[in-house]
Amino acid sequence: MSDHTADPFAPTVTSLAAALKRGDVSSRELATDCLKRIERAEPALNSFISVTAEQALAAADAADRARADGRAGFLTGVPLAFKDIFCTRDVKTSCGSKMLDNFIAPYSATAVQKLDAAGCVSLGKTNMDEFAMGSSNESSYYGAVKNPWDLTAVPGGSSGGSAAAVAAGLVPATLGTDTGGSIRQPAAFCGITGLKPTYGRISRYGIIAYASSLDQAGPMARTAEDCAHLLGAIAGHDPRDSTSAPHAVPDYAAELDAPLTGLKIGLPREYFGDGLDPAAAHAVNEAVKVYESLGATVRDVSLPHTRYATSAYYVIAPAEASSNLARFDGVRFGHRCDSPEDLIDLYKRSRAEGFGEEVKRRILIGTHTLSEGFFDAYYIKAQKVRRLIRQDFLDAFDQVDVLMGPTSPTPAFDLGAQKDPVSMYLQDIYTIAVNLAGIPGISVPAGFSGARPVGLQILGAHFSEARLLNVAHRFQQATDWHRQRPAFAKEIV
Amino acid sequence: MQWETVIGLEVHVQLATRSKIFSGASTAFGAEPNRQASAVDLGLPGTLPVLNEQAVAMAVQFGLGINAEIAETSVFDRKNYFYADLPKGYQTSQMYHPIVGSGEVEITLDNDVTRRIGIHHAHLEEDAGKSLHESFSDETGREMTGIDLNRAGTPLLEIVSEPDMRSAKEASAYLRAIHAIVTYLGISDGNMAEGSMRCDVNVSVRPKGQATFGTRAEIKNVNSFRFVEQAIAFEAERQIELIEDGGEVVQETRLFDPDRHETRSMRTKEEANDYRYFPCPDLLPVVLDQAYIDRLRDTLPELPAAKRARFEGELGLSAYDAGVIASSRAMADYFEEAMHVCGDAKQAANWVQGELSAALKREHLDVAQSPVTARQLGELIARVKDATVSGKAAKQVFQALWDGQGQSADDIIDAKGLKQVTDTGAIDKMIDEVIASSPKQVAQYVEAEPDKRGKMIGYFVGQVMKASRGTANPQQVNQRLTEKLDARR
Repeated sequence: MSDHTADPFAPTVTSLAAALKRGDVSSRELATDCLKRIERAEPALNSFISVTAEQALAAADAADRARADGRAGFLTGVPLAFKDIFCTRDVKTSCGSKMLDNFIAPYSATAVQKLDAAGCVSLGKTNMDEFAMGSSNESSYYGAVKNPWDLTAVPGGSSGGSAAAVAAGLVPATLGTDTGGSIRQPAAFCGITGLKPTYGRISRYGIIAYASSLDQAGPMARTAEDCAHLLGAIAGHDPRDSTSAPHAVPDYAAELDAPLTGLKIGLPREYFGDGLDPAAAHAVNEAVKVYESLGATVRDVSLPHTRYATSAYYVIAPAEASSNLARFDGVRFGHRCDSPEDLIDLYKRSRAEGFGEEVKRRILIGTHTLSEGFFDAYYIKAQKVRRLIRQDFLDAFDQVDVLMGPTSPTPAFDLGAQKDPVSMYLQDIYTIAVNLAGIPGISVPAGFSGARPVGLQILGAHFSEARLLNVAHRFQQATDWHRQRPAFAKEIV
Repeated sequence: MQWETVIGLEVHVQLATRSKIFSGASTAFGAEPNRQASAVDLGLPGTLPVLNEQAVAMAVQFGLGINAEIAETSVFDRKNYFYADLPKGYQTSQMYHPIVGSGEVEITLDNDVTRRIGIHHAHLEEDAGKSLHESFSDETGREMTGIDLNRAGTPLLEIVSEPDMRSAKEASAYLRAIHAIVTYLGISDGNMAEGSMRCDVNVSVRPKGQATFGTRAEIKNVNSFRFVEQAIAFEAERQIELIEDGGEVVQETRLFDPDRHETRSMRTKEEANDYRYFPCPDLLPVVLDQAYIDRLRDTLPELPAAKRARFEGELGLSAYDAGVIASSRAMADYFEEAMHVCGDAKQAANWVQGELSAALKREHLDVAQSPVTARQLGELIARVKDATVSGKAAKQVFQALWDGQGQSADDIIDAKGLKQVTDTGAIDKMIDEVIASSPKQVAQYVEAEPDKRGKMIGYFVGQVMKASRGTANPQQVNQRLTEKLDARR
């Protein structure tokens, strides 16, 4: 593929779209190439749960015909993959769980439908933490995903398969979901760009719910420019999702090059505390210097309720999850135990067998916090904290345009290193508050800690995706962290 | 000791929307199992609810109909529990912020006494599916339970009364009043046999004069007016006996067995579910502005209480007739049309309450199914009023209309020759014949004391009417007979 892209080891959506448009390559060639890479990479990486070769080639041929007929759009023929939490008609959607190992939805998620309609070619469904509950992709029923930068490290989670597949160059982009950092943290760990849009920006219809008031889909790709193209294709109100936002969808790609002169950057002092990896802190500081050189001004700000975010999140998210996951009862779909004695036995064994340990833990937490006598102390209190956290951000955005800090306190950790659930939960301290507030955030590659990438997280006010993508894109014009490739990506080409 | 029964009702009314409360699937009754269950109703992963605006409008109409506060903002909550016919593992309902606040309805008791019963609130929720326990088995012949999710997601309005009722009669009168309001508004078909209206009854007893309530039992799914009365009567008796025997009522859920006329314990408070209510994050709060509420208020029809008052006050109907006719919108509409055609409210009420109701009852028909239309009845009454037919002949005409023997009262009167004879000459002729053929009776009449003659004249009237095949004007016959017989003395 070296003839038609700038980077043969990990091409971008934008470069492939241009090559397709020029006629340098066909969609079928691209899909075939992706399938070869996946075949070579997967034994080591385990980033896919389902590879849909047949459907991909058929979709690629359809895209090539559309192009020949003059019906091609920007994304027509571009290969990508979906986190296995997006329902895809006629293709298994497991959500990383034994519970749904046999589940084939009779519909596609709205985001999937939109990308189908745009002519994108799906290569399959990527691995993930079970029901999106995890920060390392180790809770998947289908096994852990490896980080292409270091196969002994985790890729992050819960969209770990999506991040690893992009980092390894198997596909130029994927869609992930982010409930407490599940797009941004794996993007940081794998050295790619991941955008969590404003809550409601993309329809949740057809995305298996973890915590409905926090879940949000978003693009994971090499560059902010690619994310802009994908977001433009999937954002917008959906009559099937009452919580999707009615706001008009701007042309994100058109605003990428806007100058940053006068951009006011805030550095939340709470995001640079104890436990932050020095190399990650250094990377953020260096990135800020780049922005200053581009005309931005920088000041300290405070988000005083940050330290309560993780606690509030681990009340609200499990509460919603305990209810959302009640439908997996072995009655209508999903795993059912053998020879149930009666209804209660059917429930107990189907759920005991179908769910993994972390999912059970969160269902138990959520069931407890919603119980009579605990509801006010946990759920209601957490909602109050949530409002305070949101207000922190609104106050900060009165003073500055964007906030910057590290995406994660550490780079990718070793597989099996995080044994204690609470220390795993604390991985998300810089990302979780963003979901509670509903604001958008993007993680861009900003350097390395040893051999492992670290991310810069940029946050903006509600519906400021265009600005975030512009700010991220200008950084990527000025740096080449996002162009770094793991050796693994080269080995499989 | 004198005991007082305290009753509160929770009435579930199935709203007559075309589609379900959170999906586009049809709500029509009687389809093949699971043919009206969409991906949303099945609770398939990733699906989301979208609120049916028609259900909201109907709830608001009900609230306006009981003079209740309509919540500017109401919120859907999830009621979490596991059951095989509850697809999502939770029921979407409104626990903390219901759409309809407190209001009241007027009930009329048999002695025409009216009372006001408070309504605590009414909220929107979705129905569950149905478990079918009969005639299902697996390959090995083991009995299984079938699940039909056609009903899952059907919109319900749960109307929760205050504990304001003090007798089984009051409770059934309240249920009838609710039935009348929802059917008047057209927000439910009110069909209790098909489950469009279902009722949970809370019953407690206390010594008369005591201010605090006794411990209550909740009787589930009592689904007819009659069963409500029976269940309450049994349950109150059970509680009184229990207390008088030194026992204590426990808070529990009971089931009414209509075959044995008794209630049985289903689960106690200790066994009750903890429903873990919390706001449904998939649905936005329902925010209603005043203009929307006012628009709906403008479309409200005249409701039963107002109609009853008008029938009694303006039309001069008896309290009883006004109450009975106004209790059903279809009946009231029928009555009013017949009244407008004949121009006589009392006559119209008599016919509707008399011949029509008897015929409907005999053939188990609803007024909407009556073979005699309101216009036909009105025209018939008009013919009685203008003396074209006698009251007695009119009953024959009514029956002929009922049997479809003609298009109008006039057709049948003509065809059957039932036109009343008011021609004095013709009547005199018939009278003379009767007198001539009844010498014995005439002699007795003439010899009788004057105060006995009134009774005796009945014989002669009967003979003349018989001779005229009912067509002679009875007043005229009576008058001429008296004159002629008295002249013989």
